[in-house]
Amino acid sequence: MIGSAVPRKEDAALLTGRGTFVDDIHRPGLLHMVYVHSTEAHALVTGIDTEEARSLPGVLGVWTARDFADLPPRPSVPGLERGYLAGDKVHYVGEPVAVVVAADRYTAADAARAVRVAYEPLPVMATVADALAPGAVPIFAPLPGNLALEQQVTPDDVTADLAAAPHRLRARLVNQRCAGTPIEPYGVLADWTGAGPTVWATVQAPHRVRAEIAERFGLARHLVRVIAPDVGGAFGVKSSFMPELFLAPELSRRLGRPVKYVETRGEHMVHTYHGRDQIQDVEVGFDAEGRILAMDVTITVNIGGVPDPVGIGLATLTSYMLGGCYRIPKIAARYRSVVTNTTPTASYRGAGRPEASFLIERVVDLVARELGEDPADVRKVNLIQPEEMPYQTPFEGIVYDEADYPAALDLLLGELDYAALRAEQARRLADPAAPLLGVGLSTFVEMGGFGPTPLFEQFGYLGGWESANVRMQPDGSVIVLVGTAPHGQGHQTALAQIVADQLNVPFDAISVLYGDTAVVQEGTGTMGSRGMPVAGNAVRQAAVEVAAKARTIAAHMLEAEADDVVPVGDGFQIKGVPEATVTMAEVAVRAFKPHLLPEGTALGLEHTAYYEPKNLSYPSGAHGCVVEIDRDTGRVTVLRYVCVDDCGTVINPLTARGQIHGGVAQGIAQALYEKVAFDPGGRPLAASLEDYMVPGPLDLPSYETHHIETKSSFNPLGAKGLGEAGATAAPQAVVNAVVDALAHLGVRDVEMPCTPERVWKVMHDAR
Amino acid sequence: MRVEITVNGQPHTREVEPRLLLVHFLRDTLSLTGTHIGCDTSSCGACTVLLDGVAVKSCTVLAAQADGRAVTTIEGLAGEDGLSPVQEGFRQCHGLQCGFCTPGMVMAATALLAERPDPTEQEIRNGLKGNMCRCTGYQMIVESVRWAAANGGAR
Repeated sequence: MIGSAVPRKEDAALLTGRGTFVDDIHRPGLLHMVYVHSTEAHALVTGIDTEEARSLPGVLGVWTARDFADLPPRPSVPGLERGYLAGDKVHYVGEPVAVVVAADRYTAADAARAVRVAYEPLPVMATVADALAPGAVPIFAPLPGNLALEQQVTPDDVTADLAAAPHRLRARLVNQRCAGTPIEPYGVLADWTGAGPTVWATVQAPHRVRAEIAERFGLARHLVRVIAPDVGGAFGVKSSFMPELFLAPELSRRLGRPVKYVETRGEHMVHTYHGRDQIQDVEVGFDAEGRILAMDVTITVNIGGVPDPVGIGLATLTSYMLGGCYRIPKIAARYRSVVTNTTPTASYRGAGRPEASFLIERVVDLVARELGEDPADVRKVNLIQPEEMPYQTPFEGIVYDEADYPAALDLLLGELDYAALRAEQARRLADPAAPLLGVGLSTFVEMGGFGPTPLFEQFGYLGGWESANVRMQPDGSVIVLVGTAPHGQGHQTALAQIVADQLNVPFDAISVLYGDTAVVQEGTGTMGSRGMPVAGNAVRQAAVEVAAKARTIAAHMLEAEADDVVPVGDGFQIKGVPEATVTMAEVAVRAFKPHLLPEGTALGLEHTAYYEPKNLSYPSGAHGCVVEIDRDTGRVTVLRYVCVDDCGTVINPLTARGQIHGGVAQGIAQALYEKVAFDPGGRPLAASLEDYMVPGPLDLPSYETHHIETKSSFNPLGAKGLGEAGATAAPQAVVNAVVDALAHLGVRDVEMPCTPERVWKVMHDAR
Repeated sequence: MRVEITVNGQPHTREVEPRLLLVHFLRDTLSLTGTHIGCDTSSCGACTVLLDGVAVKSCTVLAAQADGRAVTTIEGLAGEDGLSPVQEGFRQCHGLQCGFCTPGMVMAATALLAERPDPTEQEIRNGLKGNMCRCTGYQMIVESVRWAAANGGAR
């Protein structure tokens, strides 16, 4: 079954309106919770008048920060502990200030609007430049310079290497702030019955959420049940510990009724955490052929108004991946995480790695441009060769697994018909009536398969492993429990394919369950492209054990040695004796008959496996983008988008293609359309889908997808992960194409998003 | 106020607040939770239903405006013989991932095929321009609709 493009098990319910998303769940006596959000970017809160709100019929109460003073803080950066609501001070527009509960959602919204908050404005620092300026007002008392973290990632000093390099160049690159905008906004329903709460939530790691809730309320974990039902997209933004995860259970406890919170899209745009937002200063030394000799990088990250414990350190991952798929002997990397009066930033699809890939791929193009060389040739000079794998990067512990970067680039150039494109580009350049043509390349590598445990512990997780239980029923059907919590990836389907192969049972006889801490043993969750490389291997390992036990039982039934019994058709036979067979269903029944089992064999046919990855995996590939630019308006149109992807073993080509498409779409969106902007006063300029440009069907191209499959030796399945590859590879493929189309004007860079206005201005200024 | 709305062939008479949105009438009053809410600016199309056969965003229609009219939701598409061609097309061509935009997307595609039984790629993209999907990048949705066009259309 591995490698076959079967339609998904998930689809029947989702296509008929029978999915179960958080807001679809109703409990008797259900109450609705709504926030009052700060309308100020930086201000003292001098008073909150809740009287009118409380007086509305149907309102059960209004609560402010002091009402939750006894609750230990949310998972926080040490020294910058975060509560649940803003107290005496607000740090960004959208920060929750108060919470209202009412009998229905309309009344709750009315009441939230009736709460009056009095503010005394403070100076606003909406950018890192403002926050780091000499004399800037500290947003947090413990951070006098608004610098939350400064990290030297490698001890290397490359000053001498850069000085000795035949050529050098510097660049400042901006990776703008993006919003995840899953189409389902964040939601929580908490019902505190008896000794503890049941919490349905749009989250990516229910077991971690259970642990955090239990800790806050002083409960043992068995008293807390967290369920991530169908989750309508997440893209990393549903992995942060939002206050509602704790406020809904607490208010359910106080009120003795179930409490639901579902954010509006307007709230999502200012309240749920954003991603990216890096300024990258790079200096690179290279030789006459474009061989990169040394690189010095300083990254400045805008982590927003109430630092997130993951967001504060994400640039560590950016630093690790700065070398991309190139043999760069020395890299000096450091970063600064800066607090500002904006919504906090944390994980968004790729979480730190797309920023690195963007940097190095833009740098390679700049080097090519500086030397007058073709960007494809400069890539070829620098690419790590397949025989160098596994490759130790300049960063300790960062070792790339098997891949063939040059083969991916060659396949891409062939599929693009690169030489013909260059000829067409020259033809158009000579014809003032023709739109400009640009070709952009992106040979990328990223990290997938998160853990291992020592890395994941740094992000607050119990481990980086994943768990799986494979259990055969007495009728030969199989239930798989897995610790991931997918939100569109299709784990029911892909994991069943893995089990079908190991157990020799039909795909339709396998069900995969996840997302409920009362059903699944311990689990880690779905993030960091870890579904197939980590959970896939856990499931495989459990299935291998079950298959071995089934074979032992079959041998006993056939009165043969286990070594002489082989799987055939729907069961087992004695090797070379076709008439000596038992079916899997017969073996399954036998597993529950103690008096008929071999001596010392335990009852039942199941196994629980915990798979700890030895290392990260490194999905890679080569993407190419062809754009056309209108000479009069600056409008960029993507004519072709070609991907060559190497995610190792492909479990299901249909869902793999979907993952690549979706990632590329988000990457193109970052390159051309999306930006979370603030005015100098910290007011959000992208607070709705009218202002934040999530692309629609007319805004994106068709994608041409190709695979090369280099299995990873780091795990038995050989899978590397692919959920984040597209989003990692695409932004710079597009931007390189845009800059390429304008290169004849002397244009060196166009900042994302490459909107018509920005491109037109760049063209205009260059003339 | 009292409204009488036929939903998926069943008439429903209810007392509602004048400001009640059709999408909340469907989801909260009738417990038909297949129709989803993804935004508050009529941008995303997750709430698309058919009102007298025409695709509308039910977050932008008051229940009062649907009084005396017929609504078809995602729950009303599949028949006793299984999924509608559009639903089956989405299944065959992996036109959905998380499934949250899907009901709106399927309803919009159904309305499109009723009007244009054999649309080109551009016509499909144009017909679905009021619907956002964050997972698929749209190409496999386009392929799903083409599959449906070739296998029974809007039925």
